[in-house]
Amino acid sequence: MGLKHALGRTPYYVLAGGLAVIFLFPLVWNAWASVSGQPGTAQESGYGFGNYRTLLDYDAGLWRYLLNSTIVSALTVALTLGVSLLGGYAFARFDFPGKNLLFLLTLAILMVPYATLLIPLYVLLGRLHLQNSLIGLSLVLAMFQLPFATFMMRISFEAVPRELEESALVDGCGTSGALRRILLPAVKPGLITVGLFAFLAAWNDFIAPLILISDSEKAPLPLAIANLRQQSMGAVDYGATEAGVVVLAFPCLLLFLLLQRHYMRGFMSGALKG
Amino acid sequence: MQPQVSDRTAADGRRTSTDRTSRTLRTRRIIRTHRTSLPGPAGGPWWRSRKAKGLGYAAPTATFVTVFFVLPLLLVGQMSLSDWPLLAGDRGINSPENYTDITDNTLFWPAIRFTLLYTVIVTVVLLGLALLLALLVQESRPGVGFFRTVYFLPGALGLASASLLFWGLYSPTTGPLSALLEGLGLVDDPVSFLGSPTSALLSTVFLIVWKFAGFYMLILLVGLQRIPHEVYEAARMDGADRWQIFRRITLPLLRPSLALTLLLCATGSLLAFDQFFILTKGGPDNSTVTIVQLIYREAFQRLDLGTAAALSIIVLAVLLLLNVLQFRGLRHADES
Repeated sequence: MGLKHALGRTPYYVLAGGLAVIFLFPLVWNAWASVSGQPGTAQESGYGFGNYRTLLDYDAGLWRYLLNSTIVSALTVALTLGVSLLGGYAFARFDFPGKNLLFLLTLAILMVPYATLLIPLYVLLGRLHLQNSLIGLSLVLAMFQLPFATFMMRISFEAVPRELEESALVDGCGTSGALRRILLPAVKPGLITVGLFAFLAAWNDFIAPLILISDSEKAPLPLAIANLRQQSMGAVDYGATEAGVVVLAFPCLLLFLLLQRHYMRGFMSGALKG
Repeated sequence: MQPQVSDRTAADGRRTSTDRTSRTLRTRRIIRTHRTSLPGPAGGPWWRSRKAKGLGYAAPTATFVTVFFVLPLLLVGQMSLSDWPLLAGDRGINSPENYTDITDNTLFWPAIRFTLLYTVIVTVVLLGLALLLALLVQESRPGVGFFRTVYFLPGALGLASASLLFWGLYSPTTGPLSALLEGLGLVDDPVSFLGSPTSALLSTVFLIVWKFAGFYMLILLVGLQRIPHEVYEAARMDGADRWQIFRRITLPLLRPSLALTLLLCATGSLLAFDQFFILTKGGPDNSTVTIVQLIYREAFQRLDLGTAAALSIIVLAVLLLLNVLQFRGLRHADES
């Protein structure tokens, strides 16, 4: 009986397992290739970290690009969290003139193609003296996060029972006191989800820095790795690119595996309401 | 929205309708007494009213949306009507030259054709596979959590990272795929996956399917799990086989989720950029130039921001139209 049952399941596991191999193979291969020997790379033979050493020395150096990416990601996350926390509170708990219009406008950011906005933003940031600046790039990336972040924080605040906040108001807290002491802990899961999505978007974005950053010293990591590949077109350095992909992918995969629950929540809310 | 009613009464109305049962009398009395002392439009300066506080909390959002969204939208409209070289800046209105110039670009029609072709292929393959994956991981059985995570894992990568990864994977010299095909004796010479227009297109489709299948699987999974079990049981009682259940129950009830994935997938594919910019650079022979790549080239290679802006406006218009159409379709699907 048990055997028959197991046999009945075999086709399922062959199919699902086969697909899993296909989905895992590129990731595993890339990690392996980045440390294994290839002619024409810094790691000619055997196993080692030669390709990663190439990255350390490339142009402004890996540390510089990692720093750029970290600055942009941290700024984007901080801006997104700050703006959407206050905005979500306002939309969930207050009535004010223009509320619906502002909420609709925020969501409308989703409807407008990236490229349509980046061309005028290139000019606009120039006028604000924020062209070719990591701060300007972070401001733009945070703006693109606002529709999801504001929506997420609004529903997070709406899920908190009003009594909690009102008892604080009775105790003499102002609205900002209630937000800080009572509501902040209650909406923490929403904040983690928003922060996670903002980080992944900022860390991985390619087209915004491509257009807004002209100085290779200021390039975030994805742009730097793509440039590395272009500059060495004569003799293509696949090894260094593979090492770059590992450095790029590592924090994303790690965060995803650690915060899977929060990731899924963002997902479900979007998929259900969408 | 009743602007003439004071905040206090509006808040009261909401309260009595929502939480009457959930609150004890005592707390309600405390809140009521407290509320009379709350500064509102009637008692206290306007800037201490809840309306003003709400405005204050919404101010950062309003600033962001105005400066980085509304202003650029207006600006791109103005740019599309102006002679605007990248380096010289605004040289005044030249309307409608930018729009009429668009078709002078010999790549315009090929880019549109290619983008549409790519969108159709990606959408069909991607949603088909995503549906298969969602059905595979729908029921809980040993190992299903592992499969879900693995299928989704590529989705955690950035698109640029994934494109760089596949650029190495497709390499005829050091990539494993070419070696694998040679080893199996299927081909004699190293395969150039990005060498011909057709293979470059299909190779990019494969990358995108790998990267996004898990993402759409999750959306469809949410939809599948909302279908009540009783419906399936009733169908089974009536003697329906698996295929009939899929055709007559799963697919129709999944329609809202399918429509959502269709909208996301079509929009994303029409705006494709990173994957082609990194993997094919629009080649070979400009056969894989997408619309957004055309915008990029107009702006930063031909240094003509005016025409780039005009193209952007057209893309925006097409996408808005598509969204409206899909939205109508979605509503229609809900009603029927």
